[in-house]
Amino acid sequence: MSHRNFIWICLLPLVVVTAAFFLLPMAQLLAVGAGGSRGVSAYLAIITEPRYRATLINTVVLAAATTIATLVIATIAGLFLQRHRFPGRAVLIAMLTFPLAFPGVVVGFLIILLAGRQGLIGAITAAVTGEKVVFAYSIFGLFLGYLYFSIPRVILTVMAAVQKLDIGLEEAARSLGASPWAVQRDVVLPALGPAFVASGAIAFATAMGAFGTAFTLATNIDVLPMLIYTEFTLAANFAISAALSIGLGVIAWAILALARSMSGGAVAAAG
Amino acid sequence: MRDRLIFASQLGFTLLVAAFLVVPVVLSITAGVTVNYFRGIQSGVTLQWVVQVWNLYAGEIGLSFLIAFATLAVTLVVGVPAAYGLHVKGGRLSRVIEEIITLPLAIPGLAIALALLLTYGGFGGFRQSWLFILAGHVVFTMPFMVRSVMAVFASVDIKTLDEGAASLGASPWTRFCNVIVPNAMPGILAGSLMVVTLSLGEFNLTWMLHTPLTKTLPVGLADSYASMRLEVASAYTLIFFIMIVPLLVAMQMFAEKGETK
Repeated sequence: MSHRNFIWICLLPLVVVTAAFFLLPMAQLLAVGAGGSRGVSAYLAIITEPRYRATLINTVVLAAATTIATLVIATIAGLFLQRHRFPGRAVLIAMLTFPLAFPGVVVGFLIILLAGRQGLIGAITAAVTGEKVVFAYSIFGLFLGYLYFSIPRVILTVMAAVQKLDIGLEEAARSLGASPWAVQRDVVLPALGPAFVASGAIAFATAMGAFGTAFTLATNIDVLPMLIYTEFTLAANFAISAALSIGLGVIAWAILALARSMSGGAVAAAG
Repeated sequence: MRDRLIFASQLGFTLLVAAFLVVPVVLSITAGVTVNYFRGIQSGVTLQWVVQVWNLYAGEIGLSFLIAFATLAVTLVVGVPAAYGLHVKGGRLSRVIEEIITLPLAIPGLAIALALLLTYGGFGGFRQSWLFILAGHVVFTMPFMVRSVMAVFASVDIKTLDEGAASLGASPWTRFCNVIVPNAMPGILAGSLMVVTLSLGEFNLTWMLHTPLTKTLPVGLADSYASMRLEVASAYTLIFFIMIVPLLVAMQMFAEKGETK
């Protein structure tokens, strides 16, 4: 057997599996989306139909808020952890990164334990002010859940980027009389730009498409994945749910592709 | 003095973030072994909830491991040769294939699950069996295996090794088994850990693809969150932590080893 043929044999199973269980189904999804009573215009419904548009805006705002909050938190913590050595640092890093692969459902449950009806925050506020604060099942609970989900990932990226920074640049700026704040603003933060773009895009795309957390916190939070789910299972509205999920997929993919072309690195969302 | 103040406030902030991540986990572990969570830990410590979860959900947990290892087997058999093929072949076609298999990382699991349902939902036998979930997990985890192995190929100059063995007369198959796979081992191991961890915790796809007879661990978790008392849900989460945390720790150690190299 020639080397050339062997290479093709190596690739064949992957091509077959991907075609059968990914490309063909996605093509079918595309066809079903256009095959409903609205025809091809179903793909525009996400923007033209007021109810869907409101959900889309809701989802985008939530994802953007998650991204910004995560970037701010992770940058402060990541810079601190990479620039200082102190006892207990390794433990602290482990605590900040171990929830990396928790599924969305579990994160949802953790938010319920924190801010749900029997939650810690409720118990504390009831003891202090006499009024029980419960917000796990609102959009703020979902926001906290997405924050929980993205912080570990972004901290890791920021720490890796800080490690690669040239410390000489900061020393040069300082020796030229720049204040500590000016050094951060004009030297450190711009150098971290690519890491912000890459990890921010992941946080955004993940928050757009995350289903597990919203599903566990359930109730009536109006976000795109929940809308698709209810359209599909409760209303059996296959065409619209297919069109909406294509729309969601395109948005998530476009954000990641844009970030990749801007930052030059590999960027991928996580479930 | 000012430096100390800045240090203290940054440390305080970081500790606060760590608390946000860790405190709910501690709450969940505590709730899982507390007789009555509403009355608090004073009501006593018990394993009755863990036992109850085991009795109720052992099937789900078993199926999750079956699917995770089947996913691993498929991604190994399909993904490792493909990573080699993509690396050696190079060129435009390889890049396109790599792009396509990486797409499931960008597209939400819900969309992929709907696509699979709309395509294969009519095939009763396949739809009803756990193989349907396996198909979804394979699509979702394949890029992690392929890219993890390709990352190793990019750093060890596999082409020279391969050509050296070929010049000594080794057949492609012998070279693959004796040269390529041993050299790719770090990537294969890292990819395998990733695949098993992701498959065990996968919910977005699985919730759509499962049937009452093919429930996995995370599907059972969602069930218990919706319908069981808080102690049972917590005990189930505790069991999940016990299974997933060693995998996460191993993955972390791998990442650190890779960095120090």
